[in-house]
Amino acid sequence: MASDDIWILGIHMTKFGKHPDKDTVDLAAEATRAALKDAGVTMKDMGILAAGNLMGGGGIGQMLQKQVGQTGIPVYNVANACATGATALRTAIMAVKAGEVKYGLAVGVEKLAGAGLLGAGGAAKKDGVTYEPSGRFGAVAPTDGRIGTQTMPGVFAQIGMEYGHKYGGTSFELFARISEKNHAHSTLNPLAAYTKKMSLDQIMNDVMIAYPNTRPMCSANCDGAAAAVVTNGETLKTLSPDQQRRAIKVSASILTTDPWQEACQVLPDVNTLTRNAATQAYEQAGVSPEDLDLVELHDCFATAELVHYDNLMLCEPGGAVDLFESGATWRDGRIPVNVSGGLESKGHPISATGIANIWEVCNHLRGEGGDRQIENAKVGLAHVIGLGSACGVHILEKAAA
Amino acid sequence: MSGQVPLVDYLVLGSDPHLIAHECTSCGARFFDRRNACANCENDEFTDVDIPTTGELRAFTIVSMAAPGIEVPFVASVVDCDGTSVRGNIINTPPDPDHVKLGMKVKLATYKVGTDDQGTEAIGFGFEPI
Ligand SMILES: [Zn+2]
Repeated sequence: MASDDIWILGIHMTKFGKHPDKDTVDLAAEATRAALKDAGVTMKDMGILAAGNLMGGGGIGQMLQKQVGQTGIPVYNVANACATGATALRTAIMAVKAGEVKYGLAVGVEKLAGAGLLGAGGAAKKDGVTYEPSGRFGAVAPTDGRIGTQTMPGVFAQIGMEYGHKYGGTSFELFARISEKNHAHSTLNPLAAYTKKMSLDQIMNDVMIAYPNTRPMCSANCDGAAAAVVTNGETLKTLSPDQQRRAIKVSASILTTDPWQEACQVLPDVNTLTRNAATQAYEQAGVSPEDLDLVELHDCFATAELVHYDNLMLCEPGGAVDLFESGATWRDGRIPVNVSGGLESKGHPISATGIANIWEVCNHLRGEGGDRQIENAKVGLAHVIGLGSACGVHILEKAAA
Repeated sequence: MSGQVPLVDYLVLGSDPHLIAHECTSCGARFFDRRNACANCENDEFTDVDIPTTGELRAFTIVSMAAPGIEVPFVASVVDCDGTSVRGNIINTPPDPDHVKLGMKVKLATYKVGTDDQGTEAIGFGFEPI
């Protein structure tokens, strides 16, 4: 191993779901202590802590330290919408990569069970008594719902519909079948928030949120945390054979934002930044999409999963529908996608997601996937996207030995 | 005071209601909001241009859950107005997939959003099938 390679030494994901008896710090502490134990190190070894949490009021890193170890190391509290977890990991990786620290710890945590519709903020305000233009659009009343929608389900529904308009082949049923796949996958994941298989009929006849996404086709709000310990090759060489065997190589760690494109300020463009991140990641890792044994991608909605097949270049441009129809993305297919159950079934505790998807891939690469192990998995990709937008792509590889 | 005001400042009312965009004088990028500079080329000079009032439906969703005060279901969409993408609702047609189709031709239409205490009407816009 090269001295400056980056390795995940330990990683953990809590059970996703409802944790009424645990607060945000409890969940973060559980993930952190388990990740440290998995790595065979302690807080005293850590040189940096990067922590992400959006709904808890701020300062999660220091609150976590006060429960698990106040060693005085720098804390970076990060926020990047649904890419917050990946951003925390990327921050820890940069510090290790820069040679400033030997070990970095990244944590993402969220308490979301019971939260309603996200992204509808600001609209609860009553219309003004006297119309006065305000804000960057000179609006006299709230615009969300009156001039299109800025809610997450509506935005991602349009993103899937736009793909269908461009390339054809999409339908309500097609999107529902993507959800059917992920719900079926989740039956093998005991840590998923929902582990029930759902029939296509059940999915299509459930409550419509934003056509063509019904409720089970939307990411599941839930509680959860995930944490990872990263180190460099030079340090890993000094550790035990068992630590070296179970370490997972981070072959690529990329974070992008959305570059300007016509229409990107009208409907968020989640495609260009994902494609850019994937392109950079494949180049950095020296692997191609055909080399991937599994992919965890950001299926915040069934409509989103489809476009990301294309954005991550798992198919030819325009070929996402054909890829899905071929069965390739089922767990027994050529390129299994979201064998964890994905955000639709495993759940989406926002800030935890960008580390939890990496935990899933690591589990398979270590051969510790249990009932849902993808046999002989050697290379995997984890992708998250946060509207606004930010995209994280990590490519992970099994240790060569 | 009474009369009418547009829901947003990029909607021009009158006998020929239409939208305007701030067009970058350097690269031609178009924006609907107040600008500090161009997101594409960093230039900070803009001129207002009229947006065509007809276009093609490029993406839509039928929203069934929304913030309080917003009637559901409604159709949110992106309309391609001859190369400029515009966000707006599809109005004056039933909000279902039988009446709203990708690629259909639409045109700008206005409607009353509400009236304030001074009797001023706020006028919004949407797109209706041609
Ligand atoms: Zn410009």
